[in-house]
Amino acid sequence: MDVLAEARQVTMRFGAFTAVDAADLAITGGEVVGLLGANGAGKTTLIRLLLGLLEPSDGIVRLFGSAPSAATRRRVGYVPQTLGLYVDLTVAENWSFTTAAFGYAGTVLPETIAAWRGELVGALPLGAQRQVAFAVALSHRPELLVLDEPTSGVGPLGAARLWEQIRQAADGGAGVLVTTHNMEEAQECDRLVVMADGRVVARGTTAEIIGGRTVAEVRCDDAGRAFALLDAEGFPAQLEGRNGVRVAGPAAAIADLLASKGLTAAVDVAGANLEEAFVAIVTDPA
Amino acid sequence: MSWGLEDVRVSYGRRVALHAVTVPVDPGRVTVVVGGDGAGKSTCLKAMVGLLQPEAGTVRRPAKEHIGYVPSTAGLYADLTVQENLDFSAVAYRLPAGRRGPREAEILERTGLAQARDRLGGQLSGGMQRKLAVGLALLHSPELLVLDEPTTGVDPVSRMELWRLISGAAALGTAVAVATTYVNEAARAASVVLLEAGRVLASGSPEAILRSVPGAVGTARGGGTARPTPLSWRRGPDWRVWAPAGDLPAGATKTDPDFEDAVVVAELAGERGR
Repeated sequence: MDVLAEARQVTMRFGAFTAVDAADLAITGGEVVGLLGANGAGKTTLIRLLLGLLEPSDGIVRLFGSAPSAATRRRVGYVPQTLGLYVDLTVAENWSFTTAAFGYAGTVLPETIAAWRGELVGALPLGAQRQVAFAVALSHRPELLVLDEPTSGVGPLGAARLWEQIRQAADGGAGVLVTTHNMEEAQECDRLVVMADGRVVARGTTAEIIGGRTVAEVRCDDAGRAFALLDAEGFPAQLEGRNGVRVAGPAAAIADLLASKGLTAAVDVAGANLEEAFVAIVTDPA
Repeated sequence: MSWGLEDVRVSYGRRVALHAVTVPVDPGRVTVVVGGDGAGKSTCLKAMVGLLQPEAGTVRRPAKEHIGYVPSTAGLYADLTVQENLDFSAVAYRLPAGRRGPREAEILERTGLAQARDRLGGQLSGGMQRKLAVGLALLHSPELLVLDEPTTGVDPVSRMELWRLISGAAALGTAVAVATTYVNEAARAASVVLLEAGRVLASGSPEAILRSVPGAVGTARGGGTARPTPLSWRRGPDWRVWAPAGDLPAGATKTDPDFEDAVVVAELAGERGR
């Protein structure tokens, strides 16, 4: 498959502030790439650079093999978190308007959203609105799809239904770039790119990002007390279930600490999840 | 003493928002109410704290001055500084004068906002605003803490810090109810209530919900293939298939469901029931 969009050693400076710092990113047809990062990490700026909405201070951007332009942007579908629909128009009117704007007037309303044809977009539940925004963005058969938090606010089944459409687009050859804070959503992607302070600090599949990172899993009758003891010592801890605490830290030291306070607990080493790995990477990128 | 809702029914005009919903909230534990937009999560929490009156059912809650509540929007004063927000809340909660200073300092330390005490609430980042709102709700050490989507839209680092605050409250014996759309937050809770269209689709510990998945769950290869059965959904590049009677279609291999699968199965079962 071809590389659809590529940033090579791209830097974006706003005055003295470097928003994107020598970042590399490439999206190939048929794959779903997740772009992760804390707020202010540079994700949105990098996307704007890829789409040619910003001119990089340094580095090279290629969209479908050439410099981004109005012509190449027409081959991109973009769904912002705010969806970009006209809430006072019906689903059918939103559809006609957008397809006409892209030069595809008369395209038939897809069956995924046909049931809501006469409804005002603003009156639909959020999951349905997201389905409509997807269908509209896909109406001109974009080769590259850029989605910002595509399932935010939607329940698990609704999210799975939206991912069915994302996967269908990728299976049909489109490249998909998803930005998200939601680690469940990130795990739906084929590979991930993690940004912190404008730089790409990790890349790979979920398993590769997690690597060998582990956490300690504490099981004991008084999980509240175990949490309080670990928290007071500065360990990043969280209650888990009714009798558990999950802690980013070495299991042996944690077991010793709890024993020294007279707390009987079983402490095991467990594989970190993506969220724990992400937090470890962005809070200590070195 | 356990707080929460029992068989609560709430309507907005002719639309029933909650049908006989039960949400037990126990001291020292985190109960998560999970569901999508419009499921009824906010209505549940408003009924729990007494902001709306149910038509039927029982609500058990401590006296108002022992409740901490953070709505899904705001929960702080944007035009006051962090310190002023704390001072204002301390007075509103009638914290004894001698307790105010030390307790405010404790909350500033726990929320990591000590450096930001002179910044206006409205100028804080989204994550810091949520931490401040939760901190304000904890100021009077409530018996019942109710948080409406405290982590929605917040980045993972702030989310982990928020969960540290929430865990800390539960560890001190507070009964905590949290609404969320994130399944992984439900998977870590002591108790979960899965809500959709105002009805409880599943409730109990995450382990119990996982154990109660009926039939079989399987995995089928994706990649250009159509939905194997109507009761299928995407998981990464693959399909997951639920067979309520245990008869998986050809091409699907039996898979141990995880909590996310269990939640989707409960939603599919709910959809079939409607």
